[in-house]
Amino acid sequence: MKRQIPLFITFFVGTLLIFSVFIPPMETWGENFTLFFDIIAVFAFFLGAGNLVRVHVGKLKKRKADWGFSIVTLIGFGFMLFVGLLKIGNPGGIAADVTAPGSWFQEMFNYVINPLQSTMYALLAFFVASASYRAFRAKNREATILLIAAFVILLGRTPLGMLLTAWIPDSLSFFQIPNMAVWIMNSFNLAGQRAILIGISLGVVAMSLRLILGVERTYLGGDDNG
Amino acid sequence: MEHFAIWIAAFLTLGIVSFLYKDNAWYKLCEAIFVGISAGYWFVVLFWDNLHGKFWMGKGEDPMLYVGAILGILMLMRLIPKIGWISRWPLAFIVGATAGFYLINYFSSDVMSQVGSTVMPFFSTGYGSGVNASLYDIIGNIVVAVGTFTGLVYFYFSKEHKGAFGATAKVGIFFLMVTFGASFGYTVMSRMSLLIGRVDFLFGDFLGMIVQ
Repeated sequence: MKRQIPLFITFFVGTLLIFSVFIPPMETWGENFTLFFDIIAVFAFFLGAGNLVRVHVGKLKKRKADWGFSIVTLIGFGFMLFVGLLKIGNPGGIAADVTAPGSWFQEMFNYVINPLQSTMYALLAFFVASASYRAFRAKNREATILLIAAFVILLGRTPLGMLLTAWIPDSLSFFQIPNMAVWIMNSFNLAGQRAILIGISLGVVAMSLRLILGVERTYLGGDDNG
Repeated sequence: MEHFAIWIAAFLTLGIVSFLYKDNAWYKLCEAIFVGISAGYWFVVLFWDNLHGKFWMGKGEDPMLYVGAILGILMLMRLIPKIGWISRWPLAFIVGATAGFYLINYFSSDVMSQVGSTVMPFFSTGYGSGVNASLYDIIGNIVVAVGTFTGLVYFYFSKEHKGAFGATAKVGIFFLMVTFGASFGYTVMSRMSLLIGRVDFLFGDFLGMIVQ
């Protein structure tokens, strides 16, 4: 019973959405279902937030390593809830949009989340550089091709690439690095991306069928789950 | 107030950059702030946009929204171990709906349309337009068709890659390597532009050394 009902729900909802595409009045059902997802996502976030608090309070209670940082996380989380749910510091008051310009909530995004997030991603530039130094040694033919393609694209997107091949006459403009980069992107890269995309899509179709028909059941978890 | 906010942003930016030296307390502090603040941010945004904006405001017009809310509440049953199994119902709903939705959408938009765009006349820019393509376009069309076909052959693992099939797969690897190289180049460039943005912030907004 604990497993049969979920399997039936998956089969019923999945089949319904597949057939809805072929029946005119039901065509938009797929889009309507995404609205349900949005609402369920909030409750899923309740679970996620609860888990975050549970993990960090547990760390505090047991005085685990770096427990002091858990206090910072909890304060940050609580502060955002306080400021956002009650719309404290919002120039338009409780009726205004929570992300209204000038509100404390939005300023926290602009001056805390945004710098932290973009610096985290920017940091990857250094790690990618060091990883590529190790990985990009042209050990075999495939690695050499990868190296050349990456090099042309990198140069083609910088002023240096333009400068290096600016002397090439217009009649041979194809050999200018920026043009070669564009050609690689529109032909070789497009072909590879298409092969990958078609492969992924066929995989998604096969997995969807397995889920709807109840062959794939791992999402239900183990039997000990309640 | 803005100066204070810029100082905070610079403090956090430098804290994250300090990880390049080694894992340290400053970085961990910034990391803890990031986790707490961003979790709170997305919780609040989802609450106002989805629960309040879509459910609370729209429930009068579309009573079916109650189904979403009920399923959401059922998901919280996971917190009560004795009836935690009920939380599988909304999960099954999401999995079933996603599977049904993606099966059709992926097949029509990613498989059929991509195949349709690949199977094109080599010597023209479209069906029925005659032989009007330039040498540049002709080579491009051939490369795309051959590359897509051989790439797909490489991904077919039900047959051993030997003989003519193996040779075709090897050509596919060649195309895939170019793709990975190009993707890598693009990723590096996007990360670099983010880094330039942060350096611009530190030397411009924070230190005032760059005059806009």
